[in-house]
Amino acid sequence: MQLIKNQQLVDDQWLRVSDDDALATGNIIISLQRWQQDKPELVKRDGAIGVTLGPADEVASIADDLSHWQLIELHFPEFADGRLFSTAWLLRERYGFSGELRATGQFIPDQAFYLARVGVDAFQPANSAVLNDTLACLADFSVNYQVSVN
Amino acid sequence: MYQYNEIDQTLVDERVAQFRRQTQQYLKGELNDDQFRALRLRNGLYIQTHAPMLRIAVPYGLLSTQQLRKIAHIARHYDKNYCHFTTRQNIQFNWPKLEQVPDILAELATVQMHAIQTSGNCMRNTTTDHLAGVCVDEIEDPRPYCELIRQWTTLHPEFDYLPRKFKIAVSGARHDRAATQFHDIGVHLVENDAGEIGFKILVGGGLGRTPIIGQVIKPYLEKKHLLSYLEAILRIYNLYGRRDNKYKARIKILVKETGLAKFTDKVENEWLQIRDRLELSEQRIAELKNHFTAPAYDSDAEADTSLAQVLSENKAFALWYKQNTVEHKIPGYRAVFLSLKAKDIAPGDMTDQQLDAVADLADTYSFGEVRTTHRQNLVFADVKQAELFSLWQQLAALNLATPNIGTVTDMICCPGLDFCSLANAGSIGIAKEINQALDDIDYIHDIGDVKINMSGCMNGCAHQSVGHIGILGVDKKGTEWYQITLGGSSENEAAIGERLGPSVAKHEVTQTILAILEVYVQQRQEDESFLQMVNRVGIEPFKERVYAAH
Repeated sequence: MQLIKNQQLVDDQWLRVSDDDALATGNIIISLQRWQQDKPELVKRDGAIGVTLGPADEVASIADDLSHWQLIELHFPEFADGRLFSTAWLLRERYGFSGELRATGQFIPDQAFYLARVGVDAFQPANSAVLNDTLACLADFSVNYQVSVN
Repeated sequence: MYQYNEIDQTLVDERVAQFRRQTQQYLKGELNDDQFRALRLRNGLYIQTHAPMLRIAVPYGLLSTQQLRKIAHIARHYDKNYCHFTTRQNIQFNWPKLEQVPDILAELATVQMHAIQTSGNCMRNTTTDHLAGVCVDEIEDPRPYCELIRQWTTLHPEFDYLPRKFKIAVSGARHDRAATQFHDIGVHLVENDAGEIGFKILVGGGLGRTPIIGQVIKPYLEKKHLLSYLEAILRIYNLYGRRDNKYKARIKILVKETGLAKFTDKVENEWLQIRDRLELSEQRIAELKNHFTAPAYDSDAEADTSLAQVLSENKAFALWYKQNTVEHKIPGYRAVFLSLKAKDIAPGDMTDQQLDAVADLADTYSFGEVRTTHRQNLVFADVKQAELFSLWQQLAALNLATPNIGTVTDMICCPGLDFCSLANAGSIGIAKEINQALDDIDYIHDIGDVKINMSGCMNGCAHQSVGHIGILGVDKKGTEWYQITLGGSSENEAAIGERLGPSVAKHEVTQTILAILEVYVQQRQEDESFLQMVNRVGIEPFKERVYAAH
């Protein structure tokens, strides 16, 4: 499956592991619940770890875990819920997270420009047919008024 | 007034291109209704009862005559030859065609205008005092700060998908003419004990279904911290505002449910972490102030003697002068209200011909600028007293000189059931009926300052809950009924009106208003205003009279 990373279409190098599956080798994305449950085991394994956050997850509560993660997936259950925009900003600006910040789920291409500004660097919409639109939308504006992450 | 630089212009041009693409994608079926709805709302476009409605931003109510002529042009070519001025100092078109909206926005961009964030769950147009910069009770001109806020709120990447709409108002005067206590954030320029000027910040006010008076969250904020403080409030709201129920999603509910003290702690804690990196430099503030310098006033304006003479000779002019003009900080000048509340028109409406004519008059008499007010009238802020008579004659010929500013017939009124898909009841028809019933101008002036606000539904676009007399249309089993409230105010003595009693039928509304005014005329003490009397006696005497026959 493809995604946009650093403004280019690339193949996904990460494997999603559901809560019921055994931990695979390599780069895996797991739920926050799985992380909290299996943290001792997870920190010892080889391979990078990504964790999925939803709109209600508080960044402050996971701040101590960030150094173990190489990717954070910001999963949009619906596009109109804007909390993840602040989540992304906090991760980058306040907690200095430097790994991949990947938007997934129901966000729409027209939000990609804002997402990029608050620090999202990878985009994997639920509807893969809009990948090219999403890429194009990253160039919607050449100017802006505010200071943000980018 | 503020002039776009290259960045401003590029931004609105790119926004037009973006919306053109979005409209095409929607028409081709590539965006679904929900997706396009969120995008079109952020460009001021509603789908209404008869046609789309397009709301255009008039930042803090300031228009150049070039912009006014563009509005006239759009009314002529894309709409039915008129437009509507709203309570957010904006302009609405009621009959645009969806596929033409990108063209309308492109036309607007050529005169430094747009419709960005005039609806939707985002930060809306910042409003202010319509007498900013010219009133006698001003601490400091609020417009440079309004422009700073306009830029900061426009396409803010983090805060464009909020729980609900978000409105900011700024006041620079001692008398609050911008209803700042009924905004999500109210900003007041204030002077501290050391004589320095900064901001008092209010939060959690609002009208609509649950009217709440805003509370002070920061008694004094240094100017350099304005944007960081706004950012802190918005971040807390974006993260913690309710998203499960749209009627509980405004920041006023978050403040109420969290409690002011705890909410303030959260904001302050957030602010302490960002304030040092988001300081406004003195240079930046100075740059913006340079956009709002005083026009070239005539230093001899006060020497004029003609005004005194015409005032003594012409009663109609004298009446208009008293009611529709106010004191100006420069001797020899007045600020002039153009009444959009003539007897036979829908409150706040103007035709393309009036718009063009008003643009010409503003060029001649008021340095080429016009202001919109939240009571849906226009203001020429800088008119020389010697030219008032000539201006009055020309305004009268345009039906814009009804001497009723601040009186019972200067009603705020939403478009109501006639145009709006949210409304439960009509409002324009009733406004016209009340206006016709009160056609004795001497009686109107005797009654004096009475603010009637009428909304066609609970959403309260006409701010009925803060009207001295509020009228709210409700639907009862398919018929239109009206709840009356008394004693509301959006000014310094902010108050939410009290329900008079059971709602009245449509054909009884005008009679009810007349009865309320009669009680006032009969029972007032000396110079007591309507609001003062309601505050003194309560609603009982009014209630007795209105429901006596039932």
